[in-house]
Amino acid sequence: MNIPAQAPALIIIIPLLSSLINILLGMWRRNLCYPFALIVLASSVLLAFNLMNTVISTGIIHYRIGGWTPPWGIEYVIDHLNAFIAVIVTTMSFIVSVYSKRSIEKELRADKIPYFYTTYLLLTTGLLGITVTGDVFNIYVFLEITSLAGYALIAIGDEKAPMASFNYVVMGTIGACFYLLGVGYLYIMTGSLNMADLQRLLPDLYGSTVILVAFAFFLIGVSIKIAFFPLHTWLPNAYTHAPSAVSALVASTMTKVGAYVMIRITFTVFEPRFSSEIIPMTSILGWSSVLAIISGSILALAQTDFKRTLSYILIAEVGYIVMGLSVGNRSGFTGSVLHILNDAFMVACLFMVAGAVVYKKGSRNLDDFRGLNKSMPFTMAAFGIAAISMIGVPPTAGFFSKWYLVLGAIEAGQWVFAGALLFSSLVNAVIFVRILEKVYFSGNGENPAPSRDEVPLSMLSPVVFMAACILVLGFYSGDIISSVIQYTVPKGF
Amino acid sequence: MELIIGKYNYWIYIVLMMIGFYAMIAKRNLVKKLVGMNIFQTAIILYFVSIASKKGGATIPILFKDAVIIPEQYMNPLPHVLMLTAIVVMVSTFGVALALIIMIFRRYGTLEEDEILEIERNRK
Repeated sequence: MNIPAQAPALIIIIPLLSSLINILLGMWRRNLCYPFALIVLASSVLLAFNLMNTVISTGIIHYRIGGWTPPWGIEYVIDHLNAFIAVIVTTMSFIVSVYSKRSIEKELRADKIPYFYTTYLLLTTGLLGITVTGDVFNIYVFLEITSLAGYALIAIGDEKAPMASFNYVVMGTIGACFYLLGVGYLYIMTGSLNMADLQRLLPDLYGSTVILVAFAFFLIGVSIKIAFFPLHTWLPNAYTHAPSAVSALVASTMTKVGAYVMIRITFTVFEPRFSSEIIPMTSILGWSSVLAIISGSILALAQTDFKRTLSYILIAEVGYIVMGLSVGNRSGFTGSVLHILNDAFMVACLFMVAGAVVYKKGSRNLDDFRGLNKSMPFTMAAFGIAAISMIGVPPTAGFFSKWYLVLGAIEAGQWVFAGALLFSSLVNAVIFVRILEKVYFSGNGENPAPSRDEVPLSMLSPVVFMAACILVLGFYSGDIISSVIQYTVPKGF
Repeated sequence: MELIIGKYNYWIYIVLMMIGFYAMIAKRNLVKKLVGMNIFQTAIILYFVSIASKKGGATIPILFKDAVIIPEQYMNPLPHVLMLTAIVVMVSTFGVALALIIMIFRRYGTLEEDEILEIERNRK
């Protein structure tokens, strides 16, 4: 079989079938589940890079499921943006799965571990499905596969996790249903579900109220899924009480893939002309994202629980991404797409550090970070790098995406947006410097020199790798923009 | 009047959706919330089925290969098929949510949201 030609389908089919095989494997030999999941996810990473390579060298890939021609059949379309997101998703899943072994063994009963990896693979399947498909209804199905796996994974966390997960189910279902209604409204007007076909059919109908309602449903539905302020209420509880490995995975991928869906709906299905001129998306989304950035940062400042702090910072980061889209120019869009990448790495690194501290100290409280530089020097060094990247200090990756976002805001003449970004960076600086001060400069009172007590290698190496990636991405951000991101910018910017 | 009677299925869809929405927001019992969620989802099924249905002897031409196909008599099967998928999704969501409710009941011994919050507060 010609693997590169079938790659768009294989990238979904491999994790999907493997999740089923994983259960059977778990019944036979429980210890095999972890290496099996690693192999599957590693092959997904290779496939994603292969897709990226093909797209860069030969252009957009169109893959017809079952040989049916679009718009009747389902078509998988992979351009630079899809391939870029697929690489992020697979890389995150792979690295977090390496990390998950010891952390999950500690937080979950041994006989449940095969189910954990099965659900984990299903979550990856859903995320990749959203990424590669070119059909709006198909996105709904994969969105729900992702969310269902996410609900289950979050619910296995600590004692408050089921309640947090239930609230997420209720909110997430409203989001998905709104998305589905949006699909329905577009369908009665156009009779098509294929994105490229919709893009062709819609411009004649831009005046119609039904189309406006459909667009509103899409935006609200996706906003709930990415926890865009003020629809974020489910996120802090869900991500705080989830198991450490799950927090690291869902925080770094689910909001990013949701942001990708938002980009597809606003700039591919609807043209930028519709999204920024016919309806005032710039002002609505832009000002909401200013609110998201400011309130996310301030709420993060008020927390004493480390994972909850990170959750609120994540809400502010979602605000960054949406703000970059709403300003409607090349720099802003580049900043958003670059921030999807950088934020995935930063957030995953920080949540994995949180998991490492929970693993050793059994606590998420910020006060327990005192003097950790002595006992966990490598983890804390990685934390330091991720933290300064979150603040936006060059040469870390976080600086470059923020630079483009601020540039985009200034080009659009939106000084308040740029101000909100700088304010949020300042608040991040306060939050992280406060924690770093605890880690490095306020020694543990009773025990002046605690011995080295680092987390196991399978947890430490992903954390250190992520921190190294943050630096590398910073150095190579120019290359990433020139080889991939510049092609993702929609026409008309 | 024509707007109400002629399109009554759409009105029912909106009413059902609002009932479901109200139950999800206002009810304090988790099972009632879940039932509200289910009504909300079912309303969307009704909507999708309505947009494809036609009265007066409409057919699905694929069933009658030899018959002459009249476009006005053609009933679009695609929304129904989409809803089959959506029903599967909804059933799974319902299943996951019920499993969560069992977990919550084992942990707190109640399904009233107020009482759960009370227990949480006392724990602190």
